Amino acid sequence: MSAGIQVRGKRLPQGPDWTFELIDEYEREIRATAAEFGLDTYPNQIEVITSEQMLDAYASVGLPIGYPHWSFGKEFIRNEQAYRKGAQGLAYEIVINSNPCIAYLMEENSMMMQALVVAHASYGHNSFFKGNYLFRQWTAADAILDYLVFARRYVMECEERHGIGAVEEVLDSCHALMSYGVDRYRRPQPLSAREEEARMSERNEYIQRQFNDLWRTVPTSGSGKAGARKRSVFPAEPEENILYFIEKHSPKLAPWQREIVRIVRKVSQYFYPQGLTKVMNEGWATFWHYTLLNRMYDKGQLEDGFMIEFLQVHTNVVTQRGFDERGYGGINPYALGFAMMRDIRRICETPTDEDRHWFPDIAGGDWLKVLDFAMRNFKDESFIAQYLSPKLIREFRLFTVADHESKSYLEIDSIHNEEGYRRVRRLLAQHFNRDVSMPDVQVVRYERDTDRSLVLRHQIHRNRPLVSSEATEVLKHLVRLWGFTVRLEAVDAEGRLDHYRECTA
Amino acid sequence: MAGSVHLIDRRLNGGNKSATNRQRFIRRYKEQLKRAVGDLVDKRSITDIDGGGEVNLPARDISEPSFRHGPGGNRETVHPGNREFSPGDTIQRPQGGEGGGGGEPGEGESTDAFVFTLSREEFLSIFFDDLELPNLVRNYLGAVQQRKMVRAGYVVEGSPTNLSVPRTMTRSLGRRMALSAPIRRELEAAGHALAEAQARGAPADELARLEAVVADIEARLMRVPFLDDLDLRYRHRVFVPQPVARAVMFCLMDVSASMDERKKDVAKRFFTLLYLFLSRKYEKVEIVFVRHTDNAEEVDEATFFHDPKSGGTVVLSALELMHQIQAERFPVGQWNIYAAQASDGDAFGSDAGKSARFLGEKIIPACRYFAYVEVPDGKDARQSSLWVEYDTLTSTAPNFAMRRVCERDEIYPVFHELFKKEAT
Repeated sequence: MSAGIQVRGKRLPQGPDWTFELIDEYEREIRATAAEFGLDTYPNQIEVITSEQMLDAYASVGLPIGYPHWSFGKEFIRNEQAYRKGAQGLAYEIVINSNPCIAYLMEENSMMMQALVVAHASYGHNSFFKGNYLFRQWTAADAILDYLVFARRYVMECEERHGIGAVEEVLDSCHALMSYGVDRYRRPQPLSAREEEARMSERNEYIQRQFNDLWRTVPTSGSGKAGARKRSVFPAEPEENILYFIEKHSPKLAPWQREIVRIVRKVSQYFYPQGLTKVMNEGWATFWHYTLLNRMYDKGQLEDGFMIEFLQVHTNVVTQRGFDERGYGGINPYALGFAMMRDIRRICETPTDEDRHWFPDIAGGDWLKVLDFAMRNFKDESFIAQYLSPKLIREFRLFTVADHESKSYLEIDSIHNEEGYRRVRRLLAQHFNRDVSMPDVQVVRYERDTDRSLVLRHQIHRNRPLVSSEATEVLKHLVRLWGFTVRLEAVDAEGRLDHYRECTA
Repeated sequence: MAGSVHLIDRRLNGGNKSATNRQRFIRRYKEQLKRAVGDLVDKRSITDIDGGGEVNLPARDISEPSFRHGPGGNRETVHPGNREFSPGDTIQRPQGGEGGGGGEPGEGESTDAFVFTLSREEFLSIFFDDLELPNLVRNYLGAVQQRKMVRAGYVVEGSPTNLSVPRTMTRSLGRRMALSAPIRRELEAAGHALAEAQARGAPADELARLEAVVADIEARLMRVPFLDDLDLRYRHRVFVPQPVARAVMFCLMDVSASMDERKKDVAKRFFTLLYLFLSRKYEKVEIVFVRHTDNAEEVDEATFFHDPKSGGTVVLSALELMHQIQAERFPVGQWNIYAAQASDGDAFGSDAGKSARFLGEKIIPACRYFAYVEVPDGKDARQSSLWVEYDTLTSTAPNFAMRRVCERDEIYPVFHELFKKEAT
C-alpha cells in the first residue's frame, strides 16, 4: 500500500446485487456516519418487499394497514396501470412515521439504491418525523400502527354487521370531507372531574362573596329578548373541523357510524403534518442521503462506481424543470427542499455579503445547529418565508404570474430581481400555505331548535369560487352524514352573503 | 452503536394486499363494468374470449368530490425557469381553464377515462354474473352416487391405523395424574413419617415397618397402568354425499352444406360461452363434439369447427350417437349432462318428428339442460320444420330451451336469457 493513500474507513463491498448481510453492513456504516452528525432518530425497521407489494403500499397511501375501501382499489389500479405501461416508475422507498420507523426497500433495487434509501428514509425522514414540531404535536408514532389495526378491524366488523354497502356509504361521505377533518390547533384538554370541582367551588365562593341582595330588586325587562337571541346560535364559535362537528353533533348517526367518522378523522389528522412539510421533509431527507453518502465516500468506504451511480439517481430526484419544459409539474419539492437545505449550510459556512445582509443571524453560524433548528420549528410555508435566499431565487429563476379575473391576460408580477425577491418569496410561501390553497369552509350554525339544518360558511378568498359540481356532490355527502338539510353559504370579504346552495335530506 | 438493524424479509408475505380493495372497486362499478364487458365480448374473436380484458370507465363516474377552488378569482402562482419575462409583461391566458401558466398542471382530472385490466376471473365473473345453471338440482339429491369421507371427531373404537396418538396420550396422562394423585399424597405422608422416625432414631422394627409401608405404596403407584383401554381414541370419519362436480357438455352441430361459415361462427360462439360458463361452475368439464350430416360422428374440436363436410341432413343420427356415448361413458348419476345443439333447422321428411320424439323420450330426461339454437338464413326466415317439432317439447320439458339467433351480437343476450337467474 502506498503511503499517500490514507484509508480511514473500511471499504464496503461493492457490486450491484444486495444481500441481507450487505444491507446490514451498509446500514451499520450509515448509522455510524449519521451519528457523526448527531441525527436523532426512532429505532429503524427495514422491510424488503416486492414491487407488487410496493404497489399495494401505494394504494393505501403508504399505510401498512388500512381499512378496505374501493377508492384504495382505484388508486391501486391507477398506479399499477401506469407502472405496467412504464409511464410511472415506482418510488424507491416508502417510509412510515411510526416508532420503530418502518422503511420499505424494494427487491428490484441495486445495492446502491438500497443504501440510498436507507440513508434517505431511515435516517433522513426518520429524524424529521422525530424532530419536527408538527409531527411531534399531531402524530403519536408509538400508537399509529395499533390504531390502524383497530380501525381496520372495526370497519370490517361493521361491514359484517351492517353490510358492505352501508359502511361504504359512510366512508365515501367521510372521504369527501377528509381534508375538513383536521384540527389545526390543539383543543384544550377537557377538565378532569377534580379540576371541574375545584373550579366550581371557587366560583361559588366568589358569588358568595359578591352577593348583594340589592341586585334582586333591579328590574329585568328586556332580558328575555336578549336570551332568546343568544340561545339560537350554536356552535358559539365557527367550527372548521367539519368531521369533528359531525361526529359530536350529528343528530342521526348511529354509534358505529360515528366511530367510522372518527376513524377517518384520525387518519386524516395523522396525515396533516405530512401535507404541510412536503418540501422540508423531502428536502431534509435528500440533503441527508446526499451528505451521509458523500461523507462515507470521503472516508473511503464507497467506490467511485457507487458514487457515479448514486449521483445519477440523486440528480434525477432533484431536477427542477422550467415552466416551459416538457414534463413540468410545478415546483419539485425534492429540488426546492434539497436546494434550501444546502443553501442554509452554505450561508453558514461561506456567507457572502448578500447573505450577511439577508440572514444576519445565521450567516457564519454552525450549520448543523441552524439546520436542526430549522427542521424542528418550521413548516413549508414558514420555512420558505424564513430561509429562501435571493441566491436560490436566482438559481431557480423564479417568477410569479398574476391571474386576475378582471383582466383578460396574465401578468408577470415579479421576477428574480432586487425588487422582486421578497415578493417572490412571500408568494412561494403562500403557495405552500394550506389555509390559502384550501377553500375556507366552516360550520357556523346548527339549527337545533328548528329544523336541525346545518349551515356551513364558505369564506370567499380573493373571489375564488368552488368547483361548483363537486361542491354540490360534497353537500350530498354531508346530508347523508347529517341527516337533515345542509346549506352552504358563500360569504364575501365584507361578510355579505354572496350566494348559497342547499341540499335537503 | 452495536447491534444490527431490524431487517425483515416481507417478500414471502405475498402481495395482493389490495385484492380486497380491488374487489370493492369492481363491486362498486359493477353496472358500468358489465356494460363495458358486454361491449368487449361483441368485439372479440372466439378464441380469446377466455381471458382478461381492458375496460374503460368514464372518469366522471368514479371521481371523488371535495371542496376545491375552481378557476376564476384572483391569484398569483410561482414558477421556475424564467428566461425572458420582466415584471409587467403580459401573457395570453391559456385556453381550456387550468394548465399552462396558471393552476397546477398535471393534477386534477386530466384523463377522461379510467382504463384498467380485468383478470380472467374477474372478467368471467362479471360476464356471467347474473347467470345461473338451470336446474341446479345437484345429483346427490336424487340417488347418491359420489360420497366423500370427512372427519367427524373422535370415537372410542376403531382400527389401529386410525389411532390418534395425541388424543390417546392426553387422556392417558390425565388418567394417570388423577389415579396417582391420592397415592402420591399417601406416599408423601409415609415418607414424612419415615424421615421423622429416622430423625428421632426410632427402633429398628418401627423403621422396618415404615419402610415396608413406603415400599407398598410405591408398588401401588407403579400399578397405575401407563396406557389403558379407556384412553384409546380413534379418528372418526363419515361419508358425506358429495355433489357431482363434473359435467359433460355435448355440442351437436349440423355441418351439412346449408350451414355456412357465418352460421358455424354463431354456433361456435354459443358453444364457447356455454363451455366457459360450465367451467366456472364445475371443477371439470368434458366436451364431446358430435357433428352430423346424414350420419353423425364424434370429432375433435378443430374438425368440428373447421373441417368442411357436405351431405344431407339427418338430425336423428346425431341424437342417437349422443345418447349412445352418454350411456357408455357418462352415466347419469355420475355426470351432470348438458347439451347444446346448433342447426339451421333443415330437416327432411319424418326426421324432424322422429328427432323431437327421441329427444323428448331419451335425451332430455338424462340432461340437466338441453339448449337448441337455430341459426336461420335471415331474420325473417320462416320457422323450420325442426323448430316446429321441437317447439312441442318446450311446454312439457322445463330443462329444454330453444332460441333463434341470426347475428353474432345476438348470442350473448340469448345466452343470458337462457341461463338467467330465476327471480325468486
